[in-house]
Amino acid sequence: MSLVHETDYGTPKSKSEKTVTLTIDGQPVTVPEGTSIMRAAMEMGTQIPKLCATDMVDAFGSCRLCLVEIEGRPGTPASCTTPVGPGMVVRTQTDRLAQIRRGVMELYISDHPLDCLTCSANGDCELQDMAGAVGLRDVRYGYEGENHVFAKKDGAANQNFLPKDESNPYFTYDPSKCIVCSRCVRACEETQGTFALTIAGRGFDSRVSPGMQESFLGSECVSCGACVQACPTATLNEKKVIEIGKPEHSVITTCAYCGVGCAFKAEMRGEELVRMVPYKNGEANRGHSCVKGRFAWGYATHKERILKPMIRAKATDPWKEVSWEEAISHTASEFKRIQKKYGRNAVGGITSSRCTNEETFLVQKLIRAGFGNNNVDTCARVCHSPTGYGLGQTYGTSAGTQNFDSVEETDVAVIIGANPAAAHPVFASRLKKRLRQGARLIVIDPRRTEMVQGPHLEAAYHLALRPGTNVAVVTALAHVVVTEKLYNEKFIRERCDWSEFEHWAEFVSLPKNSPEEVAKISGVPAETIRGAARLYATGGNGSIYYGLGVTEHSQGSTAVMAIANLAMCTGNIGRPGVGVNPLRGQNNVQGSCDMGSFPHELSGYRHISLDEPRHLFEKDWGVTLDREPGLRINNMLDAAVDGSFKGIYIQGEDILQSDPDTTHVSAGLEAMECVVVQDLFLNETARFAHVFLPGSTFLEKDGTFTNAERRIQRVRKVMAPKNGYADWEITVMLSNALGYPMQYEHPSQIMDEIARLTPGFANVTYQMLDERGSVQWPCNDKAPEGSPIMHVSGFVRGKGKFIVTEYIATDEKTGPRFPLLLTTGRILSQYNVGAQTRRTDNSVWHPEDLLEIHPHDAEQRGIRDGDWVRLKSRAGETTLRAQITDRVAPGVVYTTFHHPDTQANVITTDFSDWATNCPEYKVTAVQVSPSNGPSRWQEEYEEFSRLSRRIAPLEAAE
Amino acid sequence: MSHETSADKLVYMANQIGKFFASQGAEEAIDGTLVHIRKFWDPRMRNAIIAHLDAGGEGLDPPVRKAIERLRT
Repeated sequence: MSLVHETDYGTPKSKSEKTVTLTIDGQPVTVPEGTSIMRAAMEMGTQIPKLCATDMVDAFGSCRLCLVEIEGRPGTPASCTTPVGPGMVVRTQTDRLAQIRRGVMELYISDHPLDCLTCSANGDCELQDMAGAVGLRDVRYGYEGENHVFAKKDGAANQNFLPKDESNPYFTYDPSKCIVCSRCVRACEETQGTFALTIAGRGFDSRVSPGMQESFLGSECVSCGACVQACPTATLNEKKVIEIGKPEHSVITTCAYCGVGCAFKAEMRGEELVRMVPYKNGEANRGHSCVKGRFAWGYATHKERILKPMIRAKATDPWKEVSWEEAISHTASEFKRIQKKYGRNAVGGITSSRCTNEETFLVQKLIRAGFGNNNVDTCARVCHSPTGYGLGQTYGTSAGTQNFDSVEETDVAVIIGANPAAAHPVFASRLKKRLRQGARLIVIDPRRTEMVQGPHLEAAYHLALRPGTNVAVVTALAHVVVTEKLYNEKFIRERCDWSEFEHWAEFVSLPKNSPEEVAKISGVPAETIRGAARLYATGGNGSIYYGLGVTEHSQGSTAVMAIANLAMCTGNIGRPGVGVNPLRGQNNVQGSCDMGSFPHELSGYRHISLDEPRHLFEKDWGVTLDREPGLRINNMLDAAVDGSFKGIYIQGEDILQSDPDTTHVSAGLEAMECVVVQDLFLNETARFAHVFLPGSTFLEKDGTFTNAERRIQRVRKVMAPKNGYADWEITVMLSNALGYPMQYEHPSQIMDEIARLTPGFANVTYQMLDERGSVQWPCNDKAPEGSPIMHVSGFVRGKGKFIVTEYIATDEKTGPRFPLLLTTGRILSQYNVGAQTRRTDNSVWHPEDLLEIHPHDAEQRGIRDGDWVRLKSRAGETTLRAQITDRVAPGVVYTTFHHPDTQANVITTDFSDWATNCPEYKVTAVQVSPSNGPSRWQEEYEEFSRLSRRIAPLEAAE
Repeated sequence: MSHETSADKLVYMANQIGKFFASQGAEEAIDGTLVHIRKFWDPRMRNAIIAHLDAGGEGLDPPVRKAIERLRT
C-alpha cells in the first residue's frame, strides 16, 4: 500500500463532445474543445509548473508560472487560461520560459519562510515542488525588506505580519506561508458555495480573509475543508497533520454520515488515521466533502467508546464486563428461553442503517432464519418508509430516480421538506453551483432555510407552508399544471395509463384543490403556488429533491405520491436533469431497505408472502420461512407493552433517542426481558439494555454502503476493530450460538449471497466494485453497467400510476392549550442523535439544541433571546434555550434533535403515516413558556442516566 | 395523542388506512384497506383487530369494518 496520488489536471474537464488536436512538445494530442493547454499537456503526461491552478476550480491565471510558448502567437500566455485550438503548436519548456519561471519563483520565495524541514507541509507542498521543478537555486532579494514572514522587523512589530489563526478546531491558517494564489477563496466560492473567504487589500497588502477579517471560527466558514484541500502550501493545514506528520498510505472508503455517500481517501500512518481527504473519483461527491465526513471522525477513538461486552440482570444494575464468549452464549440462551416461554414471535431485531449492506443482510437473516420470525425493522421506518411505499406504488421502485450528477443538467430544482445545506451538504454545494449557472429554485418548507437565500443564491419561490399541509400544497401545484394545461400529454400517453391520468386530473382540478382554497389552509399565497407550478412545468428540466419534511407526517406516503404525480404529469422522469429524489438521511439507509430489513419484505422489495422469492431464500438458507409479515418497530414496542414481545437485538440504532414519544419507547423497552444493544457507545437505548455488545466503526471493517442515488460503494478496513470484531462477525457468532450456523470468512462472501438472492444486485461483486469504484443498482444482465437513471424508457412497474391524493389534516391540532406547531430538523455540524458528532470538536458549532421562535410569538410570551423556555405538548415537556428569529413563521417553532439532554422526542407524539407508521415528527402542537431551567423529567432522566451507565469495577485478581 | 388501549390504537390506524382508500373510490375503500392490512400487519395485530370487531367493533369506520370482516378469510 502507498498513498493514492490523484492527478491534478490543473483545470476542470471540458464537457464538450467536439475534439481538438494540437501538438505539445512535438507530440500530437487530442482533447475535448474548451480544454486548457495545461490540462491537455497533463493528459499526455506533461506537468506544466503551476501554483494557482487546480482542477477543482476554474482557471485564474494569477501565478504566472504556467506560461507556454505558442507558435505564431506573441508573448508567453498562461496555459491554464488559454484553451486549446486546432493545429496549435505549443512548447512547455524553453530557455525563455525557464528564465521567467525562475524569476517568478524567486519572488514568491523571497516572501516565504525557509523552514521547510520543520514545516507541516514538508513533502506535501506545491511551492516546494515548484521551486524544484523550475530549478530555483538562490534567492537574491534577501528578507530584510517588506515581508509577511517575520513577526518583528528591525526590533519593532511588523505591520505586515499576521499571527496564526487556530480558531477552527480542525485546521490552522498561517498567513505567513500564504502565497495569495486564491485557490482557497475560489474553492470556497466554486466548490462549496459559501463565499466565506475573500482577498482583502491590494497588491502587497493582499491577504486571504475569512469574512470581514474575522477568525475562521467567527466567520461564515462551514469548515468543509475545500480550502484546506486546495491550499498548495502549509497556510491551511489539518491540525492532525501538524500533530502526527505526513500520512504514508491511503485507502479509499466511503463516509459513514449522511446519504450522499462521499468517497474519501483515508490517509494513514500505520494504523493511525491522519486525515480524510475527499476522493475526486468518488462519483457522488466529485472530490468535495463537509465538516462531518472530512473532520468529525474522532469519535472512533473517543474515551467513552465501549470496547468490552457487558451484561446485567436488570437495567438498574451496574454493568459487568464479560468475555465475548460469555456475552454471546448469555444472549443466545436468553433469546432461546424467551422463545420457549413466550413463543417464537416474542423476539425480534433492528438492523442498522449505519452498518454495511452485508451486516444488515445478516441481521435480517438471523431474525428470519435464526429466530424463525419476521420481526425485523430498521430506522428507515422512522424516516423514508413512505418513500418506499409511495414511489413503489406510483413508479415501481422504492428509490430515487437519478444520480447526483443529474443536478448539473437541471433547470428548475424543487426542494420540499429538506435542508440540504445542513443535512446533505455536498449535494447542496453541487446544487448551488448549478443555481449560480442560472438554474431556478423553488423551496417548499415552513422555515426559511439556508437554501432560500444566501450568497449568490435566491429561491425564485419560497412556499412557507404550515407544517402538515404538504399534500394540499403539492396537489395545488398539480391543479395549476392541469387546469392551465401545462402537462406533457405525449409523455403521459406513452408512459402512463391515460384513463388513470384523466381520473386524477379530474380530482386535482376540483375547486378545493385550487391555490386559492389551499392558501387558506397552508398559509401560502395563491399567486406563489401558481408561480411555482408554472415555473416547474415550463422552466425546462424540472427536478424534485425532498426530505423528511415530506415523509414524517400522517400523510407522508400520500405526499410522496403527490410528488410522483407532479413529476409524471410534467414528463420530468427518465432523463438527466429531472426526476424525484429522496435525500436519504443515513449513510446506508437505502441499503438497509434494499437488504430486506422491513418485516414484510425480503431483499429487493419482494413481499414475504410471495412464494417464488421466499422459496428461493428457503432453499439457499436451508430453513422454512414464516410467510406472514412481522412487527414494525412501533408495533414491537406496542406488543412489548401488551406483554407479547420480550426480547430485541438492536444493531447500531438508538431508538430511545430517535423514535417519537420517548415515554412510550421507554415503557416498551422496560417491559422486555432481554434488550441487546450493539453500538459504539452506551447510547440512550442502552439504559434499558441487559446486554451490550461493543460495535465497530466504518474504519474497522470491510463492506459496502448504498447511498441515496442507489450507488453501491466499498467501505474498506483501515484499522483493526478496537472492540475485537466487525459487526458482521458478532452477528455470525450470535447466530451460531443460537443454533443457526453461519459461515463467512469475509464480507465479499455475504455480497455474493446477496447477489445470488436479489435480482437488482445480480452482477454486483467486490471485484467489480474494486475495478469500477462504484455501481448503481439495478446491476444485472439487463443493466450490466448499473443504472444511473431509472425509468429511462418506461416505468419499472410498467405504466406509471397516477394516484388520487386527498388532503386529510392530521389529528395533531393546535388549540388554546397548544397554540404553536413544532417542527424539527438538523444542523450542519451535528448528525442525527449526535452520538458521533457530539464526541468530536463539531460541538463548538452547536453545543445545545435551541428552540427557534418568531419575535412575535416570543414577545407575547415575554421570552428573550437565550432564555430558558419550557416546551410542552400533549405527549410531554422539556426545556431548552430560545433563539428568536424570523426564519420561522409566527405560529411555528423549530428545534433540532441532536442532544439527549433536550430529548425533543419527549414532545413528539405517536401519530404516524397511515401506510407505513412512519412517525409524524414534523408536526406537534406545543406551548412555549418561560422557564427557570431543566424540567423535572430532565433531572430524573439525568439521574437515571447516571445510574444506568455504571460499570462495576473489576474484582482484583487473587 | 395517547391511545388508552392498544385496541384504540389499532382502530385509529385502520381508520387512517381506510380514509386514504376511501379517497380512491368506493370499491377501493374496502379492497384497498383489506389488502393493505393483510400485507403490512403482523398476525397478532390482525387477530387483535378482528377480536375488536367481534366485541362490537367500536370506533371502526363503516368501510373499514367491512374490510376487517373480510380479513378473517
